[in-house]
Amino acid sequence: MKSRRVLIGFTTFIFLTFTSTVLAQSTAIVGATAYTMGPQGTIENATIVIEDGRFVSISAGGVVPAGATTVDANNKIVTPGLFTPIGFLGLVEVGFSAGPLDMMQRGDQFTASFDVADAFNPRSTLIAVNRIEGVTRAIITPSPGFPDETGNMGHVLAGLAAMVNLGGANDSLEQRSIAMMVSLGESGSGYAGGSRAGAVLMLRSALDEAASYAVKPGELEDYNMSLSDLVALQGVLNGEVPLFVDVDRASDISVLIDVVAEYGVRAIIVGGTEAWMLADELADADIAVVLAPQDILPGNFDRLNARRESAGILAEAGVTIAFADGQSHTHNARNITQSAGNAVAYGLSRDDAMRAITLAPAEIFGVADRVGSIEVGKEADVVIWPADPLELTSYPEQVYIKGNAVEMTSRQTLLRDRYLQTDSDTPPAYRK
Amino acid sequence: MNKSIVAIATLALFISACEQGAGDDEAKPYSSRYQPMASAATLLTGATVLTGTGERLDGADVLISDGKIQAIGEGLDAGNATVIDATGRWVTPGVIDVHSHLGVYASPGTQSHSDGNEATSPNTAEVWAEHSVWPHDPGFVTALAGGVTSMQILPGSANLFGGRSVTLKNVPGRNVQDMKFPGAPYGLKMACGENPKRVYGGRGQAPGTRMGNVAGYRTAWIKAADYKKKMEAAESGKGEPPMRDLQLETLAGVLSGEILIHNHCYRGDEMSVMLDIAKEFGYKITAFHHAVEAYKIADLLKESGTCAAMWADWWGFKMEAYDGIRENAALVDLAGACAVIHSDSAVGIQRLNQETAKVMGAAARVGVDVPPEKAITWITSNPAKALGIDADTGTLEAGKMADVVVWSGSPFSVYTRADQVFIDGALAYDRFDDSVNPVTDFSLGTAAATGGAE
Repeated sequence: MKSRRVLIGFTTFIFLTFTSTVLAQSTAIVGATAYTMGPQGTIENATIVIEDGRFVSISAGGVVPAGATTVDANNKIVTPGLFTPIGFLGLVEVGFSAGPLDMMQRGDQFTASFDVADAFNPRSTLIAVNRIEGVTRAIITPSPGFPDETGNMGHVLAGLAAMVNLGGANDSLEQRSIAMMVSLGESGSGYAGGSRAGAVLMLRSALDEAASYAVKPGELEDYNMSLSDLVALQGVLNGEVPLFVDVDRASDISVLIDVVAEYGVRAIIVGGTEAWMLADELADADIAVVLAPQDILPGNFDRLNARRESAGILAEAGVTIAFADGQSHTHNARNITQSAGNAVAYGLSRDDAMRAITLAPAEIFGVADRVGSIEVGKEADVVIWPADPLELTSYPEQVYIKGNAVEMTSRQTLLRDRYLQTDSDTPPAYRK
Repeated sequence: MNKSIVAIATLALFISACEQGAGDDEAKPYSSRYQPMASAATLLTGATVLTGTGERLDGADVLISDGKIQAIGEGLDAGNATVIDATGRWVTPGVIDVHSHLGVYASPGTQSHSDGNEATSPNTAEVWAEHSVWPHDPGFVTALAGGVTSMQILPGSANLFGGRSVTLKNVPGRNVQDMKFPGAPYGLKMACGENPKRVYGGRGQAPGTRMGNVAGYRTAWIKAADYKKKMEAAESGKGEPPMRDLQLETLAGVLSGEILIHNHCYRGDEMSVMLDIAKEFGYKITAFHHAVEAYKIADLLKESGTCAAMWADWWGFKMEAYDGIRENAALVDLAGACAVIHSDSAVGIQRLNQETAKVMGAAARVGVDVPPEKAITWITSNPAKALGIDADTGTLEAGKMADVVVWSGSPFSVYTRADQVFIDGALAYDRFDDSVNPVTDFSLGTAAATGGAE
């Protein structure tokens, strides 16, 4: 009964958040140091005006329009909302022994076309926990995961990723089919019958079948893949949907670069432990890398040459980089700032680090025309920070998603506040 | 640790392997063979010093010689010591991780390296983690680069009783004996909650529920109490001792206070039950590990003198971790209980200072001020207490082991790195000099062979 009460209370709280956002008006954030991450660079004493969920003007010392709600951000820092490039937000509540993991689909019936967008829950308790720490956008991804109880495996092609906002409302699903997850290297070998070569073969075979299907759509005989998978792969072949490839070892990255060139498709790397060894080649092939900068141990033989300086080396070579927390990119998607800070400690510029958690993911996934920076016309995801956003002791004072100020509470802050009442004589369940 | 040497005399019959200090002429099997590396006298000058005793000294010097902290203060005389200008830098005790699986779940994480969980029976108190430790785990070196000078290596949490832990000095050796912290007491890993009941319940054997877990603990303690009684009787000349039993020997060692309980336990209600089991059988729980809900029972932890070893913000990866909050350690500390930040991770152990900083930030948000001189105790003196090595290390006080980290700035900034790490006064790591830094056998010939220096 106790847990049910908590859950009901939380649902109510989300509902109130949602209704308050509908009534949002024109807002002007004034006095801040704005890291726009756009062409305007860093602006001191910035006035940022938001209307109808978008930025309408950004200027130093600008005038606040009549009727706008003024937010004093003097001596504070304003950044674009944080954008996490991989994870399972809205696809999972508790990771283990506690119900479905909606990012995992096993078996071969549907692979490339498995679409996590249809499982996304904008009211997941994880969303608010990460939203109040500044995360406003996320790429949510399928995962080949681990075998289910009956031994069914995931697939080298795990399915389609989507872009969501963390507003917690019905319209949070922003874009389907934003990338297609693929596993190569050691992780791919496990889904391909044993060898990493098998994983590459499965990818090639899928692309070949999709190309063949493109010539004679509707004729299904002799294909290994289902109709829906063949249809989903058309977006990959025509360059609309990039492959989002989990790969670490330099030799496997080399093979990926070849496959990308041969089929004329686009790719993004996640993991990329040894990507620094091919920095120039990746820059030439326009392949971005999503890194976990803290994870510098040789977790397996694909990662023998892990280096602390990876992010800086790749950025220097002109590779677009983004970050994901190596330990928990979902429940603690918020720790993306820690990843960025650690990359700075080992050679990445602060500007590149901020870009890697805001604009770069938007660029990598092709949505930089809408989000990722503070620019006129873009959707107004903004965070006000009392101090350096990358510092561990730093936290947002206020987060805006599409111009709406979000409620700065989560199930975790409710728990915290309940147990902070140490002088209360009432049982915790009666403290609200 | 004179105390444990004395104890060997009285309990030798059934505590066969209590530690003796390094250099002991009559070293018993499995004893520490750790020898500090050669060191020179060193004077660190002009630093911001967090002593680990709750004090912060600005512009202070720290004098190290003969492997010990000799003095801390302003304007110390260098004598023959090498002077390192630490102006603008911060000096703290070496970081201590109370919960690590380095060496027993070594990198690379192949199946062949899975040596941490003897998941073949719910009670494996007879196994010792040190018999699984691979000293060439590259994780020891990366932890060193994060300022870690000592750590406890624990068995995993599949079992109600997982086995003995071992406390190590972070100087990679040829074998575990070369690394064992001289005189450190043993720990016994226990585990609450989901893991034991899932592992064994899934095989259709006990325990399959939390109440099954508790029945399993109590049954084992009843047997251990009986074994202890018979051993003591035999010692005082009343009858023959029972045949030596490794499992009961370890459990009886807990009941006699020689072996410390390190109890994996997430939920507040379960920790409360465990405290009652300890009460029933007359032992102490030294620390709850993971303790995701410690903030809900901080007063009970204070009352029992039990430390809570916690992550900063891991949560939700299983049901018993669902109520994790970032303020956990701060609320435990606020209640006057012993707070420790631990890693349970080969990655996390490299940045326990950063994990601590996240708690500081979260606490500040609700008006709970955790100054650096307080926060550092969560990863130095408090874990030293939980491991029973606080008489030797964990603070910067004259006479203690010179386990010292020189940080490039505040250890609670994300941009800060450990510049130098001293273990027993010897320079064990230098960010600016690869020739100083260890490279494990495994890492030879890889990028990691640079040792981590820039």
